Amino acid sequence: MRLPDRLEKLRQLFFGDIVRTFGWTSLLLLLLLAVAPAKHFFADWHRYQRGYERLISKRSDAVTLRRHFEPGIQQIWLPEMGVVDRCTTCHSALKETTLKDVTTQPYRPHPVIPHKPEEMGCSICHRGQGAATSVEEAHKSTLAWEEPLLPAKYLESSCGQCHQQDLKGTPQLNLGRQMLSQYGCVHCHTIKRPDGSVITGTDDPPSLAHIADKTTREWIYAWLKDPQAYSTTATMPNFRLSDDDARDISAFLTSSSTPASLKVVQASLDEAKKVKDNAALQTKAASLYGESFCASCHAVQNAAGNLVGGNVGPELTKIGSKAKPEWLQAWVRNPHDYDPPTGMPHYRFTDQEVGELTGFLLAKTDADLLANVHLEAPTPDQIAHGKRLVNDYGCASCHEINGIKRPENFAPELTKIGSKPVNQLAFAPGVPHTLYDYIGAKVKQPRAFGPSLKMPQYTFNAAQIDALVNALLSHDERALTMPAAKTVPALPVSHYEPAGKAGQLINDLNCFECHTINGRGGDMAPDLTWEGSSVQREWLVQFFRNPNTLRPALIRRMPKFNLTDAEINTLTDYIMTVYQSPKIDRDSMPLAGYAPGQVELGKQLYYSKYGCQACHIIDTKQDKGYIGPTLTHVGSRLTAAWIYGWMKDPSMLRPGTQEPKRNMSDEDARALTAFLMSQKGSEKQEAKKR
Amino acid sequence: MRRTACMVIVLVTVLVTGLLVGCSRPSATSAALPKPTAYGAAIVESSGGKQTAEVGTLLTQPVVVQVNDQQGNAVTGALVVIRGPNGTYLDPAAGLTDSSGQFTTNVSLGTITGRYQLVASTTTKTGKSVELKIEEIGLGYQEMLGSALNDQYCARCHNQESTPQRVSNYDNLEVKPHPFTEGDTLNKLSDADLTAIISHGGPALNKSPLMAPYGYTLSKSEIQALIAYIRMVSDPPYGAPGIVYAQK
Repeated sequence: MRLPDRLEKLRQLFFGDIVRTFGWTSLLLLLLLAVAPAKHFFADWHRYQRGYERLISKRSDAVTLRRHFEPGIQQIWLPEMGVVDRCTTCHSALKETTLKDVTTQPYRPHPVIPHKPEEMGCSICHRGQGAATSVEEAHKSTLAWEEPLLPAKYLESSCGQCHQQDLKGTPQLNLGRQMLSQYGCVHCHTIKRPDGSVITGTDDPPSLAHIADKTTREWIYAWLKDPQAYSTTATMPNFRLSDDDARDISAFLTSSSTPASLKVVQASLDEAKKVKDNAALQTKAASLYGESFCASCHAVQNAAGNLVGGNVGPELTKIGSKAKPEWLQAWVRNPHDYDPPTGMPHYRFTDQEVGELTGFLLAKTDADLLANVHLEAPTPDQIAHGKRLVNDYGCASCHEINGIKRPENFAPELTKIGSKPVNQLAFAPGVPHTLYDYIGAKVKQPRAFGPSLKMPQYTFNAAQIDALVNALLSHDERALTMPAAKTVPALPVSHYEPAGKAGQLINDLNCFECHTINGRGGDMAPDLTWEGSSVQREWLVQFFRNPNTLRPALIRRMPKFNLTDAEINTLTDYIMTVYQSPKIDRDSMPLAGYAPGQVELGKQLYYSKYGCQACHIIDTKQDKGYIGPTLTHVGSRLTAAWIYGWMKDPSMLRPGTQEPKRNMSDEDARALTAFLMSQKGSEKQEAKKR
Repeated sequence: MRRTACMVIVLVTVLVTGLLVGCSRPSATSAALPKPTAYGAAIVESSGGKQTAEVGTLLTQPVVVQVNDQQGNAVTGALVVIRGPNGTYLDPAAGLTDSSGQFTTNVSLGTITGRYQLVASTTTKTGKSVELKIEEIGLGYQEMLGSALNDQYCARCHNQESTPQRVSNYDNLEVKPHPFTEGDTLNKLSDADLTAIISHGGPALNKSPLMAPYGYTLSKSEIQALIAYIRMVSDPPYGAPGIVYAQK
């Protein structure tokens, strides 16, 4: 049979007469009508809701659970935050804590967090498409809806949208933010917080204006080729320069360098030369290095290859291969001469001591570092090419370089990187097409996105990269549009400057590098904002003269700066007058003369009721507490008013202190104060000090 | 006419085979494990067990297992396969042991708070599979907060291990504190008991007065977070008492 004949037969079958036509059309319409209820019946969410009802029906608290359960499409609508989240349609059990043992999604209760879903919605933290009602559309990115659900490891980024301060529960975000400032990301990329403030770097890239005084062209070449070969902890990234490029940049940097006004003392240089090659003198110099607590800030690799020491200053394992002797002795004498804003304090070393330390450091060399570096004198062409490269790579974004202006907005601004549309990104081959994978891959290996890109290679491990992705994702459109009432702004940066002669001294000694005063400074050593209310003047004078440690378990210690009596007086007077707490009246309680009965009561309270010996030492023979400061001399160190205030509420006087508040009665606090004030230290030690 | 029919048949065959090949490809690649060059008799843990990490994140230390032969000597080239619960990401999940008989893998935990049991297995000469169970702990937001509080307030006394940054105070104490992993003791204490000890100090439950009260220092939710953390790291694991549902 031919095709037209068959079609004719089919037409006859369905539409042969009016009755047939009517019948078939009715059937067709009926089927079409059935589509709507069927679609509803087979919808993802409907299936999950039936599954949930089945799940709870088997449990003993089924009645309660069923009462909480609301069928149909659910929605959290928060117009001021732009949230339309229908996630609770399928995730029915978010608030059912009795379902803790359920591990299958979408029925798990939400883990405990500080926010309620009805106040924040879901997509603010988890991203994804809140308004979608199918599994695929809600969780994955589609052509129309680009935002996929965030993997768990990047969830902390969402906290950072509103919380601009560090949170205790978000270690990854905190680390990522710290890295943005520490590794110099923000020198090239501008990142603005929602309140408009710009994130600044906490690293301090050295000025290269007088680089030729400090080091050789060979060292610059080796450093440019691989900074981590010189120091594993170097924060400078690897720019993957060719040999010729490194040669030309080093040529430009040395030729553009101008002489610094260094104080060269021949006696120190001679001493350094002696110490450098003499094992006995090395040992003597090493103890000076130890006594000066250089290791509180600088690390040195030991024989086992482990870094020992702090990370405030640069690692010194191979410093002898880098620094020129003239520069090093001048730097040890007074680092502010070469680099005024440096964090290194000005120790008042004698010329002899300067020589010893210089010699000690110059002996720390690595023969391999510069073994294969042979550079001819540079040609003008090479220097010109070097200058072009320095401009191209934006070296002046971080470093001060003679003849080069700091480029503005050298790299793309990252204020909205966390909401950059995926279709605007150029992915490297093999990188999954999501924003977080893009950022992670870019941080991990920037040049994989194109050999001509300028972004350098960092040496981050996987955890550090995840932390950085967290920090970057938090800078998104939502963070910028969040109502101010819902956000916690960043702590204002303190620009506190101490005044007068004492202020100059404080800056000369770089106290802020370790101590915080009025919100400015580091956290390595105690906050000194209210030091004047806290300590007795005589003790402070003695402490400056010889800073013996208060805490037995502490590794990093306060160095001795060899201050003159006049300097100590200036500093002490300033601290005692200016750094006073409004909550403590220093003279309200006497320093001595407490009734023996009260002292005895205080002693009993100290040892039995409050168990202070768990953390502190008063009797060096029997007490062993390692956590708080030693209290053997506390009566000649602290003021009675401070101790009393501290007993009442330690965290009021020093926020974040480990010592818990005890809700002590006035009577107990007074007795403990009396007991502690009676601890003046042994007579012998007192006499020795005088 | 016949030619059209033939072409249709050919077209359909091509399409069907294409489809079949296309569908079968993924299963073919997932089975591609490296071929072992040697076989061991036992598999033991070298390092990386019992770590805590935030859910979804990479464990700080990789998991290292070692394959030994019957004499206890390390075996090079034995095949190790590691499996984990849903959501666990292993990089790599399978491979051959190196020259010291070890296989190293980086583990990212899944999204659920709790204990993650990894199963490392290797096959013996006779084709039998020997297994090793390794446990890791995934901390949720609350437990992470508790972990941070532990570092700040508790660990100096409750953790025996000293680190270069902090010297443990454990040895100095007359009455020894319980490490938080000590499940045999701590699991017997109810949440209310732990809250009382943390808030009011040791004497609240007739324990050592060297344990100071933190009720005026920590908030209620912080104490809850601390307890959540203590429960999570205890060994043996803590099974919450309370309503027990009839399991069908």
